Amino acid sequence: MAGGKERELRRRIDSVQNTKKITRAMELIAATRVVKAQQRAREARPYAEQITKVIENLAAGGAEVDHPLLRQAEKVERVGVIVISSDRGLAGPYNSSVIRAAERQVQNARSEGADYALIAIGKKARDYFTFRKYEIASYTEGISDNPSYEDARKLADTVADLFISGSIDRVELVYTEFLSMGSQKVATRRFLPLEGTDTMAAVGSGEAGATDSFEFEPSPEAVLAALLPRYVEARLFGALLESAASEHANRQRAMKAATDNADELITKLSREMNRARQDAITTEIMEIISGAEALNDDDQSEEIAPVGAEN
Amino acid sequence: MTFQVELVSPEAITYSGEAEMLVARTVEGGDIAFQPGHVPFIGVLAVWSVEVIRPDGGRDTFAVHQGFVQVAGTKISILSDVSEEATEIDVARAQTAKDNAEAALTADSEDQDAAGALGRAELRLAVAGAEQA
Repeated sequence: MAGGKERELRRRIDSVQNTKKITRAMELIAATRVVKAQQRAREARPYAEQITKVIENLAAGGAEVDHPLLRQAEKVERVGVIVISSDRGLAGPYNSSVIRAAERQVQNARSEGADYALIAIGKKARDYFTFRKYEIASYTEGISDNPSYEDARKLADTVADLFISGSIDRVELVYTEFLSMGSQKVATRRFLPLEGTDTMAAVGSGEAGATDSFEFEPSPEAVLAALLPRYVEARLFGALLESAASEHANRQRAMKAATDNADELITKLSREMNRARQDAITTEIMEIISGAEALNDDDQSEEIAPVGAEN
Repeated sequence: MTFQVELVSPEAITYSGEAEMLVARTVEGGDIAFQPGHVPFIGVLAVWSVEVIRPDGGRDTFAVHQGFVQVAGTKISILSDVSEEATEIDVARAQTAKDNAEAALTADSEDQDAAGALGRAELRLAVAGAEQA
């Protein structure tokens, strides 16, 4: 009988409703996480700012050193690409856009005739690049969700070692900038070599006033040498935190869209189901009527006829 | 006269307050004390304690494992990867760490990690001890 269609729709509605429960829960979780991640990114900013300011003051004090992290290679033979992705999916276009930007960097390196070294963070980047037969030089997982400074330091050390040993001559950092809750953007930044202290200073805010003549202990060069590795770590840490916040914001948005979509689907399916049920009832009434009519053909026909006419 | 002291770690600003004087130790120069009006200064800190003397005469002691100090105007910033307030130090844990590091050093006197760990553990104990006294 026609009840089959109704039952089938009922089942679909139930399944959509279950999916909606999941996406709704994920949306709520992502919403709380994004707030936390955003706060961490904000709290970490003073350190990076202060370090930049110290470098600024050093540059004003005329410190210029020959630090390995400032080495400008004459010919770039191998480019390191750090890509920060997430371990888990269901985050909308978050992973695909950052991975695509990283792939572009690899292709740039190739077109310059240089080799590449992929430094992948997060399962998604690894899966993408291994599937496409790219070689991954270094892989880290389990940190992109909620990065600690220790993670950033280890990673920065790995990259700095590769750079200092000369096995890579340039490093690009591809991550997602967190501009606001509603807007995140994939960013590609030169990670190493660090630009000269002058340029770093020019980028900084310049609040401390370059007119102050600083005293340095032990010496401007020694301070800078101790400071640069910290600066590299802080930059990577900042990028990790921003990426984490972006990941959660993207997931929240994707899950909200999914929840809304589920709502819409439920409404549509419910309408369809109700119509199917009405059809079934109508058909059933018709059948009963025609059955009854066939049984008492003569005397009942006048009373029932108007009901049949309404249908 | 006082100045503003900020202890900044990569994760957050861990301490912020007014102070009359700040005592730290740089990698080469030994102890150095800052008072308001000090000339602008940038230094690399040794693995040592930093003492903040508050306007009310009390003092806050921190164990600072590497870092920088910047004095600019009326503000002193301590930038450090790891810094701990004396009251937060787990003495028992520091003691265990010290014992472990010493054991590792007797086994291999060239062990850089153990030497570093020993230095940090000793500093923790020293700072925590100063607080209790």
